[in-house]
Amino acid sequence: MVSMLPAFQFSVQSDEFSVRDALEQLLRRLRPLSLDVEEAGTVELVMAEALNNVVEHAYPEGNPAGPINIHCRHRSNGLHLTITDQGVGMPDGETPLGRPANLNVDKMDLPEGGFGWFLIKDLAKDVDYKRVGWENRLSLRLAVATKSGQT
Amino acid sequence: MELTSSQQDALQVVAVNDARIDAAVAIEFKDAMREKTDGGSDVVVLDLSVVEFIDSSGLGAIVASMKNMGKGRTLALAGLTPTVEKVFRLTRMDSVFPVYPTLEGALDNLKN
Repeated sequence: MVSMLPAFQFSVQSDEFSVRDALEQLLRRLRPLSLDVEEAGTVELVMAEALNNVVEHAYPEGNPAGPINIHCRHRSNGLHLTITDQGVGMPDGETPLGRPANLNVDKMDLPEGGFGWFLIKDLAKDVDYKRVGWENRLSLRLAVATKSGQT
Repeated sequence: MELTSSQQDALQVVAVNDARIDAAVAIEFKDAMREKTDGGSDVVVLDLSVVEFIDSSGLGAIVASMKNMGKGRTLALAGLTPTVEKVFRLTRMDSVFPVYPTLEGALDNLKN
C-alpha cells in the first residue's frame, strides 16, 4: 500500500534546459513514493514529451519565454498532473491524435519526429487539453503509485 | 554531447558518454554522430549503456543518424537501459534497428 503524497506545484521558465530542470524537480518530489524504474520512466517520458511540446510550440523561438507550471495530485488511481503555460494555443484547440508512425517504408523515409503525442497518449490516461483565457491547460493521469493496482 | 569512437575489427563502436539524449541535445547528438560515422565502417554499433533517458527528439536524432549513414550501411544499438528500451519498444523502432542487450552480444553477433 502506497501512502498518499500531498499535492504540490512548481514553475519553471521556458527555455532549452528548463525541461530537464522540471523533470528533475518532479522526480525529486515524487521520491517518497519509491516508484520503480518502470514507473519512474513512464513519468519522466510522458512529462518530457508534454514539456518539450510547450517549449517548442507554446513558446517558440522568437517569442518571449514564459512560465510553465506543473501541478501534481496523488490519488488512489495514480498521479494527476496538470501543465499550464501562457503561450500559443494548440491549432484547432485540440491535441494531435498521436497515431503510431508508419514504419512500413524504405529506411531512408522513416519518420524522425511525431512520436511525442503517440507516447503521451499510449502511456497516460485521461489526457485533456483546454485553452482557458490566455492559458493552455493540459491534464493527464499516470497510473503509477496506485492503491491495490488500479489502472 | 560526447561520443567516443573505436574500431573492433570491421566494426565501428560509437559510445555515448552522456546520461541523456533529449530535446536539449538532439541536434548536437546528430551532428556528433555524423562526424564520427562519415566515412566509417559499414556496420556501426551505437553503445547506449550509460544512457538512462531518451525522449522522442533523441529517438528522432538516432533515426536521422542512421539515415545520414546511407542506404548500404547498418546502425545497430547495444546496451539499452530500461527507459531507453521502452521508447524503442513502444514506438516499434526496435523493429527497424538491430538491437542487442549488451555491447559484447552485439560484437559477437555482428562479427560473423
